Amino acid sequence: MYKYASPKNFYALAGQLIPWLAGLTVLLLAVGLYLGLFVAPPDYQQGESYRIMFIHVPSAWMSLFVYVVMAAAGAAGLAWHTKIAEVLASACAPVGASFTLITLVTGSLWGKPMWGTWWAWDARLTSELILLFLYIGFMALQASIDEPRRAARAAAVLALVGVVNIPIIHFSVEWWNTLHQPASVSKVGTPSIHPSMLVPLLLMALGFKLYFFTVVLMRMRYQILEREKYSHWVAEVLAAEK
Amino acid sequence: MLEVINLECTRGDRALVSGMSFSLAEGELLHVIGSNGSGKTTLLRTLCGLSRPSAGEIRWGGRDIRVLGDEYRSCLSYVGHNDGIQGELTPAENLQAAARLGTDTDAAVIAHALEQVGLTRFAHLPTKVLSQGQKRRLALARLLVLTKALWILDEPVSGLDARSIEVIERLLAEHLARGGLLVVTSHQGLAWRAKTVHRIGLDS
Amino acid sequence: MSAPSLFAAARGVFMRDVTVALRRSTDILTPLVFFTIVVTLFPLGVGPGPNLLRTMAPGVIWVAALLATMLSLGRLFSNDYADGTLEQLALAPHPLSILVLSKILAHWVLTGLPLVIISPLLALQLNFEDQHMWILVMSLLLGTPVLSLVGSIGAALTLGLRGGGVLVSLLVLPLYTPALIFGAGAVSARDLTEVHLSLLAAVLVLATIFAPWAAAAGLRISLD
Repeated sequence: MYKYASPKNFYALAGQLIPWLAGLTVLLLAVGLYLGLFVAPPDYQQGESYRIMFIHVPSAWMSLFVYVVMAAAGAAGLAWHTKIAEVLASACAPVGASFTLITLVTGSLWGKPMWGTWWAWDARLTSELILLFLYIGFMALQASIDEPRRAARAAAVLALVGVVNIPIIHFSVEWWNTLHQPASVSKVGTPSIHPSMLVPLLLMALGFKLYFFTVVLMRMRYQILEREKYSHWVAEVLAAEK
Repeated sequence: MLEVINLECTRGDRALVSGMSFSLAEGELLHVIGSNGSGKTTLLRTLCGLSRPSAGEIRWGGRDIRVLGDEYRSCLSYVGHNDGIQGELTPAENLQAAARLGTDTDAAVIAHALEQVGLTRFAHLPTKVLSQGQKRRLALARLLVLTKALWILDEPVSGLDARSIEVIERLLAEHLARGGLLVVTSHQGLAWRAKTVHRIGLDS
Repeated sequence: MSAPSLFAAARGVFMRDVTVALRRSTDILTPLVFFTIVVTLFPLGVGPGPNLLRTMAPGVIWVAALLATMLSLGRLFSNDYADGTLEQLALAPHPLSILVLSKILAHWVLTGLPLVIISPLLALQLNFEDQHMWILVMSLLLGTPVLSLVGSIGAALTLGLRGGGVLVSLLVLPLYTPALIFGAGAVSARDLTEVHLSLLAAVLVLATIFAPWAAAAGLRISLD
């Protein structure tokens, strides 16, 4: 198990896993979308427009999951000084930010028919917006530091500070929302889950997870080549690919 | 008392120093030689504990400096490229501030330190009006206020005139004679007066 | 000669920072002037209607205080980093987190406390009622240290980088939201003032315990 902490072995292992993960991802997303968009019945309150939930909800779960993975990888990099952990954290960030962006856009699209506006400062969406800023901050900090080791370690500290703050931020935004929104305005509520809705939802969630693994492994392979560019095995790999 | 075993220092994923081992005892001097960019400053900062080595161990009195932490730092004085002085404070105030972080000291010691580096006249002017060479001498005066066993100096006499260099050479010799250890980089040739002078070259 | 106690060293760092800042007085005045200008811009932007201004006052003053603090974060560590004194702090035989806490305290006394003191004047400009002024001052008194503490983490991580102030703002603003919500909320939600102030005090306690430690970790990474 520990031999995969070496960048060279990890590179090879990731290369083998990626095609399988990619295939599974496409399969799960296709089945999930088919079931969600065509097979699940329309919601008695929201009609057809609720179907965007099948993208919105798994995206929201992923946006938070990826941040936690990013912070955990950062912590591992700080504690054990392993390049793989640092590369993992760095690879997660854009993927997590994308999921956050998708959550915000789909949340806005979902809310338009109900609220009449594109944005209504709903507590959950506001928290997601702040999460997006946390991701952007992480990526901006890494991009501003030329020295890769310092960049990874500084961003890891930031991610850890962020992960500790996320519950506090979420609590304060919920608090703020209940103070300022009159009770009559409905939140973007998940409709009561019918079993035929649950299955596609979970399939989409799983599909998104596998998508995350696929893309992160691909990004990690690229970054490993970049960070190990002075070593012999990288020269061999690049020569072999010519 | 200072031992370095298989040290590797990396910057930007590239090893500047690798497989370095040496040991330094009381009264001994280590002169690090290398061209610009060869890793001299990185090596010195790693010896101080400011930078973390990518491999190897540094031991003080037989124990790893990472384990010793504050105990190691209480035995060490570092003068790097920057002088480590603040322009708004007077030389006396700068030394006072340095003293409060290290050994407790009184005004007499500070006055004596300033006298030794020839800055008594300027003791109560803000440091920003001093010349480059005078600021460098103030930075080195810090070594006299904190009496530490290990001195790590990065280009200590850069910007100094011949007479000041002689003064510094004398101070370094006195430190070594008292049983102190010295790690130093210097482009200029200095007259070393130590029991043993080790040399390490970083260009290879 | 004995090694000074941690308290003496921390006090030494505090006194030095205050002395240096007082001799470099623009550092203290700039955030205050900025704070005043920002608050003045709002009536120019939204019109001088007294009721509107009164409703907006807590939020406007809080946001202005937040921005003024962020503007001043640059000088918390960067001058010391440039002249080499920060390195000497990291090499001192004392826990860096305590020395950093000293610096943050000095920073707050020189930047945050003046903001708290002139806030009533600016609140009056926005038609804020006298009898509730104490809530505003209290919320800023509890909140501005949080801004300095949390901001120090951003300042520590971005030492010596290009992009400077904008980058620190990006990192630190999301982390300021709880303080902003509880602080401004204490003033605008009259019947829940005590709850808000208690929550803000809790955030202050957490920040005092964890922020210096995170900032010290950030400094060591930046000095590496």
